[in-house]
Amino acid sequence: MDLFIDVITGLCFFVGSLSIIIGACGLIKLPDVFSRIHAAGMIDTGGTAFFLLGMILQTGWSLITVKLILIGVFVFFTSPVTSHVTANLARQKNLMPVGKKIGKLL
Amino acid sequence: MSGHYSFLITSLGVLSCAFCVYVARRAKLIDNEGLPLFFFPRLFNYLIWLFKEIFISNLNTAKVIISGKIEPETFTVKASQSTDVAKVTYANSITLTPGTVTTKIKDNMFEVHALNSDFGKDVRSNVMDKKVKWLEGDQ
Repeated sequence: MDLFIDVITGLCFFVGSLSIIIGACGLIKLPDVFSRIHAAGMIDTGGTAFFLLGMILQTGWSLITVKLILIGVFVFFTSPVTSHVTANLARQKNLMPVGKKIGKLL
Repeated sequence: MSGHYSFLITSLGVLSCAFCVYVARRAKLIDNEGLPLFFFPRLFNYLIWLFKEIFISNLNTAKVIISGKIEPETFTVKASQSTDVAKVTYANSITLTPGTVTTKIKDNMFEVHALNSDFGKDVRSNVMDKKVKWLEGDQ
């Protein structure tokens, strides 16, 4: 059973690291601010979710589990806000995203 | 949270909470926006659906980044929710799924930036809008 949990944890860490690496590549590769935010969003949803899941599996049921879940909850609520603030500031400075625009923008 | 539950530490915690509330009341910082209790009955179902959605769009974003097929598009969608909390939840949910970001909000119109036309179609199909409307209940 211990081995099983260790294997699942390893898998979670692997997927988490993979999504962080792909997100980091995206941060460098994508063309403008707005596209890069998507890559950053991948890091802070996929990356943190899988890492926290792996750590929760390792701690079992204890106080540390509650703290890890709380970290997840706070990241879950704050990361979209920071993404939105970045995008909104870029729009306020009249930076237009590349690519096509559909309909009338605000 | 630290594993210490002695009388002194617990009572100090309770006292400092009470003091914070007192100061906030005196400074008239408390508005009528409390904890959105009407969300709770349906929140669990919504969160499960949202996590599934985040997972799928994570995979899709990874594919787009690796393959380099980027065709960003910007468009506006209408939010049909009536309360502010529900609108915030909707905008946050759009931003939380990788591949779509809410860039601007004016009344109940959101300007959304999508990495690819598939992500754009997902948002414009209003599935998430209806889900949040359902989560809000009849307010």
